[in-house]
Amino acid sequence: MLRGNDLISVRDLEKADIEQLLKRAEDMDRTLGAGRTLDILKEKIVATLFFEPSTRTKMSFQTAAKRLGAQILNFTSMESSSMKKGETLADTLRMVDGYADLLIMRHAAEGAARYAAEVCKHPLINAGDGGNQHPTQTLLDLFTIRKMKGKIQGLSVYLVGDLKYARTMRSLLYGLGMFGAEITLVAPAGLEMDPKMVEEVKEKFGTSVTQKTALNLSGADVAYVCRVQKERFADPYEAEKVQKSFRITMDALKGVKDDLAILHPLPKIDEMDPQIDATKYARYFEQAKLGVPMRMAIIAEIMGE
Amino acid sequence: MGELVVEKIENGTVIDHIPAGAGLKVLNLLGIGDGTKVALLMNVPSKRVGKKDIVKISGRQLDEKEVNKIAIIAPNATLNIIRNSSVVEKSEVRLPKLLAGVSKCPNPKCVTNSEKAETKFAQEAKGRFRCSYCEMLFEAKELLV
Ligand SMILES: [Zn+2]
Repeated sequence: MLRGNDLISVRDLEKADIEQLLKRAEDMDRTLGAGRTLDILKEKIVATLFFEPSTRTKMSFQTAAKRLGAQILNFTSMESSSMKKGETLADTLRMVDGYADLLIMRHAAEGAARYAAEVCKHPLINAGDGGNQHPTQTLLDLFTIRKMKGKIQGLSVYLVGDLKYARTMRSLLYGLGMFGAEITLVAPAGLEMDPKMVEEVKEKFGTSVTQKTALNLSGADVAYVCRVQKERFADPYEAEKVQKSFRITMDALKGVKDDLAILHPLPKIDEMDPQIDATKYARYFEQAKLGVPMRMAIIAEIMGE
Repeated sequence: MGELVVEKIENGTVIDHIPAGAGLKVLNLLGIGDGTKVALLMNVPSKRVGKKDIVKISGRQLDEKEVNKIAIIAPNATLNIIRNSSVVEKSEVRLPKLLAGVSKCPNPKCVTNSEKAETKFAQEAKGRFRCSYCEMLFEAKELLV
């Protein structure tokens, strides 16, 4: 299904496509777990274009491509390129498209990935376009949840934090909705999820979505936490205040389910007490690691290997 | 008060059933400043909608983009094409499934506002439109820039 296509948005994916990717990611995970790598992309060149810095996501993609045997072509930041001199995004893309077999792009403009895919002949993967989409993150999140819990349907998943500005949360809400999770949104006042997004998921998938403002995780199987996007606040003190009032402390973990899994897209800053890292609930480093087999699955499926 | 008399047009287009007060907007979006003869009738009593505006444009028909723009402002408007002083074609405007190149994306961070990309908005439930690029959802009337 994904073969030869781009991966731009979770909205483009059918449940069957995601099922296929989850299955493929399991295979990849087993391969990596056995200490093996693959060479199915031995002859291929994968280009990463990160117009906005994101060391973690870029490393995850590059690791995935290398584990499949591909060569990496890395287009580095704006300063070292001609973008500053006013080269259009389209021109840069056409050039890289001439060198590589697959392009992986992050860009600050919303919709940049869709636009880039129209410009390029080779397939393109969206590694984040401004506040809009980050589909590979959602896919790795679904993979993580299913691997840890054995299922997604009927699970009680709490999305906690700045739900207004975090694109991760919007895409994940959609993915969880599609797979029938019972979703609870917990956000500080003023940082609630876009009501149109909630409405879309409820109407499209018939999902139950509950909204809360109090930080109480007692019913959750999974708590997915994200930071307050301080850069989106006009007043940094206001951002600081909101973050402090919404910090997950050790106290917040009293009375939670024994097998609660706390996930986080990382990097985390001060939205969680660092002591939580040492508890059995903290599963975010495993989650980050699972990004590699999922991204291997995505690249392999797109390249038709 | 007597009947308001407006000269009939021989050839052209009459846009009827524009919501009262929106007629000027319709004129503006058509950008008629090129000497085309137009008539704007405001607050005309109407059985169907109470009061309405009517725009008459002489010697000109509308293209698809213009009709789509009118559909955003005046979703219930009707178009009458006049030839030799009689109506030869009557149609209702309809918001299309896809609005292409009709409006700017209201999201300032949308790539269509920084790169040379033609905007596309796909119709979803409740007559809302989603930008095919930034994926933001808008009410049709928000697309008037
Ligand atoms: Zn847009």
